[in-house]
Amino acid sequence: MKRIFKLENLGCAHCAAKMERAIAKLAGVQEASINFMTQKLIVEADEALFPSLIPEMDRICRKFEPDCHLQGGPAK
Amino acid sequence: MTPLFLSRGNQRLLLRIGIALVLFAAVLVIDKGIHPASCYQGPWAWLFPLLLYGGVYVLIGYDIWFKAARHLRHGQALDENFLMCIASLGAFGLGLYKIHLGQGAEGFDEGCAVLLFYQLGEFFQNYATQRSRNSISHLMDLCPQQARVLREGLFCTVDPASVRPGEIIAVNPGERIPLDGTVLQGCSSVDNRALNGESCPTEVEAGQEVLSGGVNLTERLEIRVTKEYENSTVAKILELVENASSQKSETERFITRFARYYTPLVVGLAAALFLLPGLLTRDWGTWLYRALNFLVVSCPCALVISVPMSFFVGIGAASRAHVLVKGSDHLEKLARNGIFVFDKTGTLTQGSFFVTGVCPKERQEELLRLAAIAENGSVHPIAKAILERCSPEEEGYRLYTQAGFGVIAEKEKEQIVCGNEKLLRSLKIEFPKEETTQTAVLVAHNGIYRGKIFVSDRLRKESADVIRALHTAGNRTVMLTGDRAEVARQVAAQAGILAVEASLLPHQKVETVELLLQQRSPRQILCFVGDGINDAPALMRADVGIAMGMGGSDAAMEAADVVLMQNDLRGLLTVQKIARKTMAVVRQNVVFSLGIKGSILLLSALGMANMWMAVFGDVGVAILAVCNAFRVNRMPPKAL
Repeated sequence: MKRIFKLENLGCAHCAAKMERAIAKLAGVQEASINFMTQKLIVEADEALFPSLIPEMDRICRKFEPDCHLQGGPAK
Repeated sequence: MTPLFLSRGNQRLLLRIGIALVLFAAVLVIDKGIHPASCYQGPWAWLFPLLLYGGVYVLIGYDIWFKAARHLRHGQALDENFLMCIASLGAFGLGLYKIHLGQGAEGFDEGCAVLLFYQLGEFFQNYATQRSRNSISHLMDLCPQQARVLREGLFCTVDPASVRPGEIIAVNPGERIPLDGTVLQGCSSVDNRALNGESCPTEVEAGQEVLSGGVNLTERLEIRVTKEYENSTVAKILELVENASSQKSETERFITRFARYYTPLVVGLAAALFLLPGLLTRDWGTWLYRALNFLVVSCPCALVISVPMSFFVGIGAASRAHVLVKGSDHLEKLARNGIFVFDKTGTLTQGSFFVTGVCPKERQEELLRLAAIAENGSVHPIAKAILERCSPEEEGYRLYTQAGFGVIAEKEKEQIVCGNEKLLRSLKIEFPKEETTQTAVLVAHNGIYRGKIFVSDRLRKESADVIRALHTAGNRTVMLTGDRAEVARQVAAQAGILAVEASLLPHQKVETVELLLQQRSPRQILCFVGDGINDAPALMRADVGIAMGMGGSDAAMEAADVVLMQNDLRGLLTVQKIARKTMAVVRQNVVFSLGIKGSILLLSALGMANMWMAVFGDVGVAILAVCNAFRVNRMPPKAL
């Protein structure tokens, strides 16, 4: 299942690459890709895992960029 | 591009940077020009410049320290804010150390400048990023915010997403049509420029389909909604644009991989540069200064930001030329020379028929007049072709359409038959048998065969020019079609394509594409240009699938990587030009940023660079690279 999230206040391209790598390493995530310019995070993972993944991913974003946070998008 | 209004926070930041810049210049003049040390002498004279610079430093840099502290708490020691703080603090420390050695107060200006220009550079980068993000999201204006829907006898304003198919909506002149549907009442003209770039408005009347995203121009329309909002044309286009550039290009991947090792490497080198020669020579001040220069250029941001930004600006430029590019990797591929594989019908040709000839010639006017009477009012492509040549003069005929065969028109004793051989045979009308390659409409009047009208699909106006330009630009072209070989060869000859594969079934088209994929050289890319549903597999299989937009099928648009929204093949040339320009800019940025950073690192290590140069290496390069990225925008809108 693919989901698209909006990353608010994503300001640093280098940090985006770091977030992408960290999120891709989370258990259950098959693929993660951040588009810096459109501020979108596209995650492919098991649908059942998303409720627990979302706070994890949000935490990772804050870690690399404290102002940046995750907004849940519609299922895709 | 739309002007960007700064947010309040950014306005304040800009003001702060401005004040700090002025103050810094003033302090610099006082320090270097007036030499306060000559006025204030004594052991504490250095305090005066330190306080002046320190004041500016705190004004401009306090938030950077906050950010650095926050990152440090998250365990991000190699964060750029933190490194800048260390570098600037080091410069101040070095100044104090020199005073301690009795060498006079200097170096405060550099420490202050590091944070000031870092802040300025960050601000500029943010501004540029915001600005190019906005240029894409102004496409959002396409998106109607509300729909006026008929519920319980009254029109009420609701969110377009809540309207179901079958409901009736009203659109006043000047409003954007929120949902796809069929016109029930009213006749008006609709401006579809936002959808397909067509500058001439379309006339619509009851019974006709209208697309969401068009602007109703002259009269109120009542429309029966046929698709829910998620499936409407405008929602689909927005989704394509929004999720564009989700695929990363090779260059972007390379840069992020590079950036991952760059910062730790430079910081490590800085530490080594400070410690090793420092231990040997005991000249700590000199080597600390050189190491601090390393820290200032340790941020790879110029590179990391300028590459995706160049692609993004390229995609934006393409979308302004009504070519939708769904990812930066496609732009990267399109910059290379390619084999362009074209589908025939609807891509090289218009997909609509026109009259090519009449047999026998001397009865041309009579045949067309009869056919026009019979085909009057029909929307069949062949009927349209005939009506385009000759409009019906007489009316009052009763028309009987025999689907798949033709039309019979009758008035009193008169009968006109217009259709294929099967229709005439079923009516027992005699006609001469001939073998032809073209599609023909046979015409009989009062039971007697009069002749036939040849129709054929016509080449797009721009096809031949586009093919020629593609060849000139170093590409190869191939045409694939399911049509008969004779027709295919004729069309290919008109278009100027040398390689033709005809009589292909849909799966054979894919096989041919795969064969071509194997034959091409590794530096070449294979682009498939098509429009129909049966092209979708070939579009997916090609390196870059290019679909004709409006008029093309949804499946093709979805499967494609690039969509020519304007339904004009010249978009191919435009997008290839934009792609080549984008790649040139990307290459310039990579070489320029790496070159400058590399030489500053080298000069710093040798002691030939000062901190001002390092600041330029960080901020100046970033600003120049971002400005260069915007150059992609400066493309002529039409390129042929």
